[in-house]
Amino acid sequence: MNIVVLVKQVPDTATERKLTSDDKTLDRAASDGVINELDEYAIEEGLLLKEKHGGEVTILTMGPEQATDSIRKALSMGADKAVHVSDEALHGSDALQSAYALSRALGRIEFDLVVLGSESTDARTGVMGAALAEYLGVPQLTLADKVDVDGQAIKVQRLTDYGYDVVEAELPAVVSVVEKINEPRYPSFKLIMQAKKKPVEKLTIADAEIDAARVGLANATTETVDVAPAPPRAAGTIVKDEGEGGVKIAEFLAEKKFV
Amino acid sequence: MRVERALPTREASDLLDLVQTLVNREIAPRAAVDEERAAFPRDLFTRLGRAGLLGLPYPADYGGGGQPYEVYLQVVEELARGWLAVGLGVSVHTLACFPLAGYGAPDLREALLGDLIGGELLGAYCLSEADSGSDAAAMATTATPVDGGYLVNGTKAWTTHGGVADFYTLFARTGGSGPGARGISCLHVPASTEGVSAAPPERKMGMASSPTASVRFDAARVDGTALIGERNRGFGIALAALDSGRLGIAACAVGVAQAAMDIAVDYARERRQFDRPISEFQGVGFLLADMATQVEAARELYLAAARRRDLGQPFGARAAMAKLFASDTAMRVTTDAVQVLGGAGYTRDHPAERLMREAKALQIVEGTNQIQRMVINRHLDDRG
Repeated sequence: MNIVVLVKQVPDTATERKLTSDDKTLDRAASDGVINELDEYAIEEGLLLKEKHGGEVTILTMGPEQATDSIRKALSMGADKAVHVSDEALHGSDALQSAYALSRALGRIEFDLVVLGSESTDARTGVMGAALAEYLGVPQLTLADKVDVDGQAIKVQRLTDYGYDVVEAELPAVVSVVEKINEPRYPSFKLIMQAKKKPVEKLTIADAEIDAARVGLANATTETVDVAPAPPRAAGTIVKDEGEGGVKIAEFLAEKKFV
Repeated sequence: MRVERALPTREASDLLDLVQTLVNREIAPRAAVDEERAAFPRDLFTRLGRAGLLGLPYPADYGGGGQPYEVYLQVVEELARGWLAVGLGVSVHTLACFPLAGYGAPDLREALLGDLIGGELLGAYCLSEADSGSDAAAMATTATPVDGGYLVNGTKAWTTHGGVADFYTLFARTGGSGPGARGISCLHVPASTEGVSAAPPERKMGMASSPTASVRFDAARVDGTALIGERNRGFGIALAALDSGRLGIAACAVGVAQAAMDIAVDYARERRQFDRPISEFQGVGFLLADMATQVEAARELYLAAARRRDLGQPFGARAAMAKLFASDTAMRVTTDAVQVLGGAGYTRDHPAERLMREAKALQIVEGTNQIQRMVINRHLDDRG
């Protein structure tokens, strides 16, 4: 089975993240780039499926030159090869444009399954799986916390507010995963050494036959009008236990729909 | 302050990234609780073995990492920053593998080295005895040659990983009753050998998670093939191993000092008195600046010694200087970190006091700092 895992490099959530003042896109110099956390689960799921069904895991990344650090990390977890779409013209592309561009790159790769994290820690739109599936014309199985493949059939548990739905489809398909699905492995030094020798194919938009008029900040379908730092957290609710603290906490949780 | 490392290769910097992730996610968060419970984190060593981190400076042909000391030591430093019991454990394991990797006969290396450096086995180094500490050549443990092997009798003291190790790298007398450096040999003794047993761990002031115990050899029989290097020439191996081992201790000391400094800086920037962060008072700010300078100097000193080693140049004096300076620095910086945190620093709710207790061990192990000065003094007439 040929599995493609989408990996996005995002600013480290442990550092202060900033947008540039001129075009309100991500200031990549302000913080270190790391693999989007949910994508690590996607990589792990890809590797688990490969271990079970054979085949290859290909990493697909769209992003500037420094994203190669994240690609190498993904390869040192055990992926076999990578495709890196990198072009100045892609700068400032929004979610829809990115989905279009990735679908073009995927057109060059033979795949049975595309796996990705259900959202990124920077933009947090959570639409990539759905948008990509539309562009590719294949089924989308989103928010998966369990994936089973049997021949050409794929079945996932789709996480919902009330439990989970069972969703089935035929391959090829796109699956987005949530963090409950597995426990991502760490690289080993051996795999780090092997990662150096794994092929990374670099694609410009011309190579991937991406239409320049459909990507980039100037052609974006959305616009960032204004940005402001997140407000400080409001003070919490203090429950004083005067014999019925437990009831009050239960009521609070029920009101917030946690129980 | 973030540690800016100049690493020689891209895989070295990826390796340090991996170690940092393991430290931040798996190692450091457990240190305080496990130290309080005196729990030995065997599972972490298994995990490090699987990640290929228990044989970094040894040949890749045998499953090691093939890394220069310059890189290996920075891994040890980073592990010790998270938890000294782990950083020191890796350093001691590496020390225990040193004789076999450097002096073992080809057959023995072929048979054992892969398991020692490329697997999940954990080693210990048995040199000191109750009456033979700084004067290591005064050891009394014997390995009497018998038909096809040796019969080992005696008790080794202060053995890190005593009782939890999978193998012991043992130094014992094979040539008569001694005393002196001649007649000592190095032997590989599996922990499962009949007659090998460990006493309960010492009750130390720090590093409760890293067991230190006496190991008893009671008519323990090992094969003739267990001999590492030439018979009766083992003491030179022991000293050579310690030259390299001291660099590991220096790296551990820098890791502990770095951890203490990070805690002190964070606290001093956050803690406000007289309407400002206490780091803005010169009395605290200058203390932090001195800490940072000493940590940086200690790191550069061990790295300078490591690079000489990697180039095949003499490095024994530099290694002793690095061990001396780095462990004294760790003691000073951890003590100052407790001072910066004030009353909070003296409680077990903050890690500063634990780091201070841990730092003390590093002024003592693998040659007390007084012995380091003897070594340095002895080298003053040569160019090493």
